[in-house]
Amino acid sequence: MQKSLVSIDDFSKEQIVHILGLAAEFEANPRQKILEGKVVASLFFEPSTRTRLSFESAVNQLGGRVIGFSDANATSVSKGETLHDTIKVITNYCDMIVMRHPVEGAARYASEVASVPVINAGDGANQHPTQTLLDLYSIAKTQGRIDGINIMMVGDLKYGRTVHSLLQALSHFKANFTFVSPVELQMPIEYKKFLYEKGISYYETSDIMERMSETDIIYMTRVQRERFADTMEYERVKNAYVLRRDMLNDTKDTMKILHPLPRVNEIHKDVDNSGKAYYFEQTQNGVYARQAVISHLLGLK
Amino acid sequence: MQVANKKMEVSAIENGTVIDHIPPTALFKVIEILHLDKIEDQLFFATNLRSNRIGKKALIKIVDRYCNDYDISYLALVAPTARISTIKNFEVVDKSQIEPPQEVSGFVRCANPMCITNHEKIKTRFTVSSQQGELSLKCRYCEKTTMQEQIEIINEK
Repeated sequence: MQKSLVSIDDFSKEQIVHILGLAAEFEANPRQKILEGKVVASLFFEPSTRTRLSFESAVNQLGGRVIGFSDANATSVSKGETLHDTIKVITNYCDMIVMRHPVEGAARYASEVASVPVINAGDGANQHPTQTLLDLYSIAKTQGRIDGINIMMVGDLKYGRTVHSLLQALSHFKANFTFVSPVELQMPIEYKKFLYEKGISYYETSDIMERMSETDIIYMTRVQRERFADTMEYERVKNAYVLRRDMLNDTKDTMKILHPLPRVNEIHKDVDNSGKAYYFEQTQNGVYARQAVISHLLGLK
Repeated sequence: MQVANKKMEVSAIENGTVIDHIPPTALFKVIEILHLDKIEDQLFFATNLRSNRIGKKALIKIVDRYCNDYDISYLALVAPTARISTIKNFEVVDKSQIEPPQEVSGFVRCANPMCITNHEKIKTRFTVSSQQGELSLKCRYCEKTTMQEQIEIINEK
């Protein structure tokens, strides 16, 4: 059975490096007809317009065809069909499955049921590995290297799956981590332990300015009101994790700001034109990273 | 254990298995895991007995029955302090501590309510690790950890 991409851990360091190289190749030449005659099923059991369009664009630019749905309500899932049966059927119609599902572990299960490779495009709060790969590609591209970067992760580090997966992936590359969050939303102990066991240093603070001048990458995430038991506490901390242009005065020239998007108010609009904002280009890198993953898993590259 | 000069609180058995030093709260889980509620052999169990090692303990004596290692390894999930003795002709011929399994399939529910295994009929699968004597089970599917005190038995293996 062919290998799927469900969790960022499924790829070794060497495979990640290979994918980043392929992404650069696709960026230089994004319209190659290597998927001609291939059908990719895009199964979005919950809506995610940005991720779905990114995958579908990646496939289309490579000459492949896409079938699928963008909302499970339009399918027999709404008639009570199990995920098992849905995947068993659809695997007969395609060469690859790209799947977003609200339930955690759904993608791993689908990869066991399907006879074609499965790419996890998000399974609840669990994993979203192509996001991680596009984040890595964005880091490599803007910094000219992936090893030993100083990264500052800001905001909701407790529940944010993107920061957890990025942390796992960057642990291959000797990154120096700074975690900036309110006490309520600190990086979970298991991830700190993971870094400790790998001999990787991290620094934890609630002050966003403390390490600002040394950082190569700021990875912003949203602090959501519903994460706080005490809304007073939310009101107290919410503005402490909003990035404004005047905060960037002492930063490195090469420093870039990433964000998995959607942004709400954690990055002020005046940052957009600062030359340090990279979150929109980051989404474009997503197409190349996904082209790389798709062609790699299909054995084409 | 010097039983000779102490009054036995549960009568001795001639042949079979004794599971001792079970935490009292885990007694019925142990019975469930070994399917002792379904056996035809004689069975004794006692709980809230004094134990120098764990304060209060429960014990089970099963007449004419020997447990296999596979069953026993699963006991570690709910009763890691337990000791298993094999009895032949009123003598302890083998006494062992329980080694937890490295992997668990089925049998334990994933503690994450958002896990696919709690939404569809899928056999659970975990890898087991032990930290400071406490077991943690990482789900193959949702990748979340079920801690020892969260272990809930489901009746299939």
